[in-house]
Amino acid sequence: MSFFKRLKEKLIGSSEEKETVQQLEQTQQDDDQSPLQLAERAELNTPVEEQKVEEVLPVELPEKHEETSKPEEVEVEKNEIVVIEESVEKEEEKQPSAWSITQKFKAGLEKTRQSFTSKVNDLVARYRKVDEDFFEELEDVLLQADVGVETVMELMDKLRFEVQRKNIKDTNGIQALISEKLVEIYESGGENLTELAIQPKGELTVILFVGVNGVGKTTTIGKLAHRLKSEGKTVMLAAGDTFRAGAIEQLQVWGERVGCEVIAQSEGSDPAAVMYDAIHAAKTRNADVLICDTAGRLQNKVNLMNELEKVHRVISREIPNAPHEVLLALDATTGQNALVQAQTFKEVTNVTGIVLTKLDGTAKGGIVLAIRNKLHIPVKFVGLGEKMDDLQPFDAERYVYGLFAEGLEKELNEVEND
Amino acid sequence: MAFEGLAERLQGTIQKIKGKGKVSEQDVKEMMREVRFALIEADVNLKVVKEFVKKVSERAVGVDVMKSLTPGQQVIKIVQDELTILMGGEQSPIKFSNRPPTVIMMVGLQGAGKTTTTGKLASVLRKKYNKKPLLVAADVYRPAAVQQLQTLGKQLSLPVFSLGTDISPVEIARQAIEHAKEEHHDVVLIDTAGRLHIDEELMQELKDIRALKEPDEVFLVVDAMTGQDAVNVAQNFNDAVGITGVVLTKLDGDTRGGAALSIRSVTEKPIKFVGMGEKMDALEPFHPERMASRILGMGDVLSLIEKAQENVDMEKAKELEEKFMKQSFTFDDFIEQLQAVKKMGPLDEILKMLPGAGKMKGLDNVKVDEKQMGRIEAIIYSMTPAEKTTPEIMNANRKKRIAQGSGTSIQEVNRLLKQFEEMKKMMKQMTGMASGKGKKKMKMPGFDSLFK
Repeated sequence: MSFFKRLKEKLIGSSEEKETVQQLEQTQQDDDQSPLQLAERAELNTPVEEQKVEEVLPVELPEKHEETSKPEEVEVEKNEIVVIEESVEKEEEKQPSAWSITQKFKAGLEKTRQSFTSKVNDLVARYRKVDEDFFEELEDVLLQADVGVETVMELMDKLRFEVQRKNIKDTNGIQALISEKLVEIYESGGENLTELAIQPKGELTVILFVGVNGVGKTTTIGKLAHRLKSEGKTVMLAAGDTFRAGAIEQLQVWGERVGCEVIAQSEGSDPAAVMYDAIHAAKTRNADVLICDTAGRLQNKVNLMNELEKVHRVISREIPNAPHEVLLALDATTGQNALVQAQTFKEVTNVTGIVLTKLDGTAKGGIVLAIRNKLHIPVKFVGLGEKMDDLQPFDAERYVYGLFAEGLEKELNEVEND
Repeated sequence: MAFEGLAERLQGTIQKIKGKGKVSEQDVKEMMREVRFALIEADVNLKVVKEFVKKVSERAVGVDVMKSLTPGQQVIKIVQDELTILMGGEQSPIKFSNRPPTVIMMVGLQGAGKTTTTGKLASVLRKKYNKKPLLVAADVYRPAAVQQLQTLGKQLSLPVFSLGTDISPVEIARQAIEHAKEEHHDVVLIDTAGRLHIDEELMQELKDIRALKEPDEVFLVVDAMTGQDAVNVAQNFNDAVGITGVVLTKLDGDTRGGAALSIRSVTEKPIKFVGMGEKMDALEPFHPERMASRILGMGDVLSLIEKAQENVDMEKAKELEEKFMKQSFTFDDFIEQLQAVKKMGPLDEILKMLPGAGKMKGLDNVKVDEKQMGRIEAIIYSMTPAEKTTPEIMNANRKKRIAQGSGTSIQEVNRLLKQFEEMKKMMKQMTGMASGKGKKKMKMPGFDSLFK
């Protein structure tokens, strides 16, 4: 089973509530900070959070909130949603449900973080000592997740500095500090944006996919098309990979599966011309979303990057502000080169988000942390398989937890078994 | 955002050691720390790095480094040597069966480049080994994978065996081997679907194909950009199907390719080929020493020299040298040079092979524009023979005519003329240096300013 799947169970499975309670009891017993945490938690579940949600929600309203698989949060939100539904009732167009998961996520962010923190505490607590050995182990775990030397060192330096500065000696204090810093890794990258910039009804949204060869652009397009279609949108696809053998057919098969039209020319034709055609076809047919495929290209091939720039230019010439999203498909198995990929593609096409593909394997794609810190590109979706519905919105908490928790647990089990 | 190579990483430590009479154990330790980071940044797996560094430090602490006057150089040399040894000394060719057909299986993760590599390998087998390969489309899962292989087959004029996507890959492989026997194909190349190494069901499928007829080669196709996970992938595939070799793809990118080392050290199977581009002839044999330099970020001088030797006519080079000396270098010679360089391949790739090019100011970001080269050619071709040999006669009218004739602007013509003059000056310096006068650093004359 993949770490992500395990993680999903870990964090949102049915045992969740019990676990939290246990942890609460535990923290109450041995952590003198816990009363404060509890108080915060109680507070957060009420007025503060409602306000937050109200601010965000009017545009994207969760419709079928029962769809979510997070029992914990549903309870919290039911109350809130009543409030919000009243305030936005007049809106005729209700946004479809898939986006509600993201919203739900935002609403539950504070709460989740609390449980995230306590989980980190719990894990760290299993170490008898938090000393240099522990730091080294944490460092190794993160390095093995492809987070990269620089980012890991930054984190470790911060941790060591804080420990010294605050003169923390007891393990409880260090636990809290580690959770805090780990939370910071994903938050310092900026706001957590996982929604797509979908244009208002009646206007065409153009989404351009870019990336190196073999990362899963076409497959992701198929999955995203399915996702958008199930939200009631009319989706069209543009077969912009006119280079690789069989690429057009591959997209056409996805078009058939999902049930949306594919605009294609013959192999070897100019991709920019395909985009031009596709935009006009999408406009005449009143499509809501046009997703554009492009050929995979290594970022150091100047000619191919120029070609991509032209594709981008043609799209923005036909529709100002378009493409509304430029999504970089990134293979989770990729190592440090992903940072160079993100940077180069951003320079050429102004990438707005990342889709981290193939996360159902054993690779963790930790380099996205560095990408987020340095280039401020958020991860919007993760690919978890080859089926149509294997595309999920990115969930930073679960992701960061997964980065180190599994590794640390493995180490712990090894030690305990010895 | 190019990552620092080992040499740059070691700079700091070496600076500290300089001036000290002796290198202490602590100094070596510090250098090893840098080696460790350099390798991790090159995507070598952490566990492999640890083992490797341990081995290197033993050698370093022993005698080699401590007594050396240039400890930094010594460390780099040891690291490079060990890397080269680890990645396999000799190059092993493809193993062919005594009783044809030889069966070669291509396995790997999704998107590693199996289908493209299958096509390239078939082309190599035909050209170099004089074989008659049969391509087998056994990827029934990914949409249009069969069409992809069929298209490649058409491009290469090679037969592709396919039974659509409704029949199991095992059955396809079985029938393909039968078919090959009947049609006297001596090599069967089975292109399997990409799969996750933890997908037990699909891994079983590979085992079943393997059970049909013991394959002579099972090639694991791995993306050169793979990070830490390369060990897991290689280990699992090797345990499940027993790979016999590795093909490293997409090495024409700018990744360091540390995965090569990780895979090699967990599977102990040789890396046989590297994919260097999307064209069907872009499959090259693996060179451990070059890969070692690349992982350490030290450029690939050997490949550069080899490429130059392939394309530069020694006679002509001598002639040119004389011209430099006599300063009778003309635009005709210049264009000849340009073409020789062009034959060596895309310029940015050549620059990349230069050691330290990644670090050289101005060169690290050079994106060589091949079109610019075309423009220069056009300008030169628009000159009269007299103008080419004696550029001094150039005046406003001539420039205008050349600009019009080449579809460029007068400014561009001017720029080229100026650069040409500078180049001549520089060449004079260089030839002077070659005869042992100055001690100036070698520089590619005027090249850096030419293609910006």
